[in-house]
Amino acid sequence: MDVFGFGIAIFDSGVRLAVPLLFACLAGLWSERSGVVDIGLEGKLLVAAFAAAAASHRFDSAWVGLAAGIAASIAFALVHGFAVISQRGNQIVSGVAINMLAAGLTALVGNAWYGQGGRTPPLEGAMRYQPLTLPGAEQAAAVPVVGRLYAYVVSGHSVLVYVAIAAVVATSFVLARTRFGLRLRAVGENPAAVDTAGISVTGLRYAAVVIAGVLCGMGGAYLSLDQAAAFLPLMTAGKGFIALAALIFAKWRAWPAFWTCLLFGLLDAVAIRLQGVVVPGVGQVPVQAIQALPYALTVILLAGFIGRAIPPRASGTPYVKER
Amino acid sequence: MSAGGEGAGSPEPAPSLELVGIDKRFGEVHANKAVDLVVRRGSIHGIVGENGAGKSTLMSIVYGFYEADAGEIRVNGRPVRIRAPREAIAAGIGMVHQHFMLVEPLSVLDNVMLGAEGGALLRAGARKARAELERLSTEYGLAIDPDAIVGDLPVGLQQRVELLKALVRGADILVLDEPTAVLTPEEADHLFRLLRVLASEGKTVILITHKLREIMAVTSRVSVMRRGEMVATLDTADTSPGQLAELMVGRRVLLRVEKGPARLGALRLQVQNLTVVDAKGTPRVRDVSFGVHAGEIVGVAGISGNGQSELLEALAGMRPIAGGRITLGSTEIGPELRDPHVLRRRGLLHVPEDRLRMGLVPPFEACESAILGFHEEERYRAGPLLSRDAVIEDTREKMESYDVRPPAPLLRTSKFSGGNQQKLVLAREIERSPKVLLVGQPTRGVDIGAIEFIHRRLVALRDAGVAILLVSVELDEIMGLADRVVVMCGGRVTGERLTSETDERELGLLMAGVSEQAA
Amino acid sequence: MSAPIEVPRWVDLALVPALAVVAAFLVAGLVVLAIGENPLSATLILLRGALGSGEGLGFTLYYATNFIFTGLAVAVAFHAGLFNIGGEGQATLGGLGAALVCLRLDFLPAWALVPLGALSAAAFGAAWAFIPAWLQARRGSHIVITTIMFNMLASALLVYLLVNVMGKPGSMSVETRVFAPAAHVPFVHELAAQFGVPIPASPLNLSFVLALAMAALMWVVLWRTRLGYAIRTVGASPTAAAYAGISNTRVIVVAMLISGGLAGLVAVNEIMGVQERLLLEFTSGAGFIGIAVALMGRSHPFGIVLASILFGVLYQGGTELAFDMPSITRDMVVTISGLVILFAGALDGLFRRPLAAAFAGRGKGA
Repeated sequence: MDVFGFGIAIFDSGVRLAVPLLFACLAGLWSERSGVVDIGLEGKLLVAAFAAAAASHRFDSAWVGLAAGIAASIAFALVHGFAVISQRGNQIVSGVAINMLAAGLTALVGNAWYGQGGRTPPLEGAMRYQPLTLPGAEQAAAVPVVGRLYAYVVSGHSVLVYVAIAAVVATSFVLARTRFGLRLRAVGENPAAVDTAGISVTGLRYAAVVIAGVLCGMGGAYLSLDQAAAFLPLMTAGKGFIALAALIFAKWRAWPAFWTCLLFGLLDAVAIRLQGVVVPGVGQVPVQAIQALPYALTVILLAGFIGRAIPPRASGTPYVKER
Repeated sequence: MSAGGEGAGSPEPAPSLELVGIDKRFGEVHANKAVDLVVRRGSIHGIVGENGAGKSTLMSIVYGFYEADAGEIRVNGRPVRIRAPREAIAAGIGMVHQHFMLVEPLSVLDNVMLGAEGGALLRAGARKARAELERLSTEYGLAIDPDAIVGDLPVGLQQRVELLKALVRGADILVLDEPTAVLTPEEADHLFRLLRVLASEGKTVILITHKLREIMAVTSRVSVMRRGEMVATLDTADTSPGQLAELMVGRRVLLRVEKGPARLGALRLQVQNLTVVDAKGTPRVRDVSFGVHAGEIVGVAGISGNGQSELLEALAGMRPIAGGRITLGSTEIGPELRDPHVLRRRGLLHVPEDRLRMGLVPPFEACESAILGFHEEERYRAGPLLSRDAVIEDTREKMESYDVRPPAPLLRTSKFSGGNQQKLVLAREIERSPKVLLVGQPTRGVDIGAIEFIHRRLVALRDAGVAILLVSVELDEIMGLADRVVVMCGGRVTGERLTSETDERELGLLMAGVSEQAA
Repeated sequence: MSAPIEVPRWVDLALVPALAVVAAFLVAGLVVLAIGENPLSATLILLRGALGSGEGLGFTLYYATNFIFTGLAVAVAFHAGLFNIGGEGQATLGGLGAALVCLRLDFLPAWALVPLGALSAAAFGAAWAFIPAWLQARRGSHIVITTIMFNMLASALLVYLLVNVMGKPGSMSVETRVFAPAAHVPFVHELAAQFGVPIPASPLNLSFVLALAMAALMWVVLWRTRLGYAIRTVGASPTAAAYAGISNTRVIVVAMLISGGLAGLVAVNEIMGVQERLLLEFTSGAGFIGIAVALMGRSHPFGIVLASILFGVLYQGGTELAFDMPSITRDMVVTISGLVILFAGALDGLFRRPLAAAFAGRGKGA
């Protein structure tokens, strides 16, 4: 394989690995911009991945799977919402609970249903999303550089990949240009201002939490219906936490979230490619170091050594009317 | 209101706002007791009362922040139900909150539009709001940059944004809650001119304040609240500050503290050119100098938020200072000594302004709160451990000698009443025979009996030769207790007087920042 | 955390957690029903498996040991107003610390090697907690996020070390060689046999005694020392601490060092007591169970011991259950832990508010 081809392959798999991160990261963005901290992204991805795989397997349809994934993720999002918005519970504690609940339930139910150590049977045919070939991609493959990029990196993904990118555009647009977006930005910074303006703080936060559920649902469905073609216990493997890191890195904004997730996806792709590769003079490449990079970078960012990451001011605190 | 008004020509027009029998409780606290109020259209109507008289609660009910337990609200003669701010806005009521309800990282335009966006997309609404801001700017002189980030604006302009929010929403009734607390005198005058213009155009203005000067200067009618009740509504022209003050306070309670003349000893605490800057970099205390001698009480008067809190905390070693010198006895307090713990051991003790946030730890047992700041002391030790017996015994003694009720060292701190909590703090600090005692708001939220007790203790301490610095927003308390008074406004000292040679009027002027020459 | 809802002390310490556990079990029972098993017989099998035999009891207490350590770790941080989610990573590093001593100093006799290994485990755990603590205290970096990141970093670090540096030579399995016998923390049944008391073999080892000692020590530290007073003051009211002249920075760092050290001690039980070698994922989620335990035990050492034993019952009984009812795997325990965290932590207002109202009403009537 030529160097360019190798680059394209890395880039292509980087995009694939970035997609679940991006969904989860945008989910976190919606939730946290409204003032609800969400460390339960991991759990929602996981439960969505399971529900999607199970439903898709049962009904022989990836679309039914997607719907089930989204529904399961929304259900978990609503538990979080009820705990932290209505009951004013601790947002971190609730997030931890969501993660554990998802890890336990998916493996438990998966095992009870399929008896394969928690996995679902492999998904085939209509049960999973197939890559789409964008118009003109086959012809473009012959054109050097631009054509090949189009054919191999831009084209050839399943529909959810394009939905993820659309979600970035939509998130950015809605937050900046719409009434809902304005209110949402406001409620994450100063809920009292929103309340006195005659807008329901509770309603806005529930809406944001549900949107986060939808996005995590799609991210989870992508994992089981596209990337792995089955559900495996704990298949999210920390993606929800990397998404959290990406969210901090992107300073809670949509397009930076896109670029950060892409970068983290690429890092992951590089690490996978370099597994076991011996570079002359260096020895075996420490792939764990590359995989740990997002976490390390986030800590450094949080420490304020490279810029400052300031979360929405009201995030993490329940809204209580002051006397 | 009789219903017969309709056909009978047009006698008196219906009042802009009318409250009938508004009643509200928060648990034990009866915040509003069957309050009646009539506000005429086009008037500037003042509501005065001391802290905690129920003014803010009443206005929060009008604005739909709380719902009254009983009573009726009528707007332009028609009964309305206001269960949420949305309904208040719909009824034409706008509010300028004391603590601004602004979203600081957003622009002025975004803040003005919030809740009145005019459509699902912002673009059209933004154009309209921009035009409206332009119009208000020329009409009332309320110039502002719509694209400025609110958090970057000075306080005066932030208040303007609050006002603009209400006006853009087409409010006919404007409620302003303590609007001048954050303003300079010039800004306040500008605000009052504006309120007059608004009233002349038929808008109704309700001004909540506890500053009588403002009431006299700008209102046409005034209502007085006291302990949740509406005690009087008068034409401003027919009343006087003296009468209003009496109505506010009710029968004058024991503000005469029995005390002889001060016998001054050595200079114990000296403050020279002290400057304190807050975390945002805004100077809070500017170039302040004064001294406190053994055997005297020096009061620091000022409207709350004029640098007194920061002064107190800087003296107690809780805040870094940006400039100037503090001298305790004959020792200059350099950075190495600027630690509450160290200062305490040098005889500077501190009864903080906010006992629930600082002076005590509410979830702790009373005996644990009673050693706050002193837990390292030898007498509470038993080897490497804290001696619980010693702590309990010590607290029991303090509770007895300060008449803290109930005398239960193991009861949770938060279970005591405000007065008993304050006695506990005082006992802790005073019992250590301080050389200098800093006291902040010693009687805030304290019942009458305890106030008397606390005042007597402070005077006794003075007579025993302690140098006391008393920060209080209650002018009466300063006049009653202090031998000398330093007045602060905007972080500066605007005057220093012997209490025997001044009166509340003069101090009030100094507190309002009127310069010494003019006073 | 959110505004306290005042209830009588016994309600706070006993009734609310008990209700939370009942709610968690009811929901778990529904899950069991949903997968087609009988919750009652499942419960019976679980209890019999955990408590019905000497061996089962030994296993139960062995599992509980881990949870006492991590539960205390979370609780100490709670008392300082900090949420240490990093128990998992700190325990992992504790394993590294224990393993380094046990592998490198294995010429030492057991009486020296075992305490040194334990100290090293605590020190490594503490060191891993130090960085997030310092960043929180000095740079204001949110400790929840940094400890999450440190969990991920710890697991990456362990994989790297076991694969590239410390792995058993010539083996594909990701683990170190087996420690020398001197590094072994004695099993309770071994000790009992020496005194002529035969009890069934189980992995229960002296770490359990260490855990109980730590619980007692933590009670003394928190409620009977100046340090504990300072920690609780900072946790309950940072402003009051500032007024008192208690350094928030120092307390945050010290509390997190204690917390990380306690989490690191999991390795004494798992690595030195049972596995006798360092391997991946040996913590098996104990760091997170610690959160459930601390919430349920109301951050009180006594409550934590009780809650840990309950979770030990779940773990051991769950293993037996998975044997008898193959459709209910050990993941049931993770599910229940999640539910306990939900009900005892995030949703506790659900029980507390009505109880507060009920008791307030009764207090007034009396």
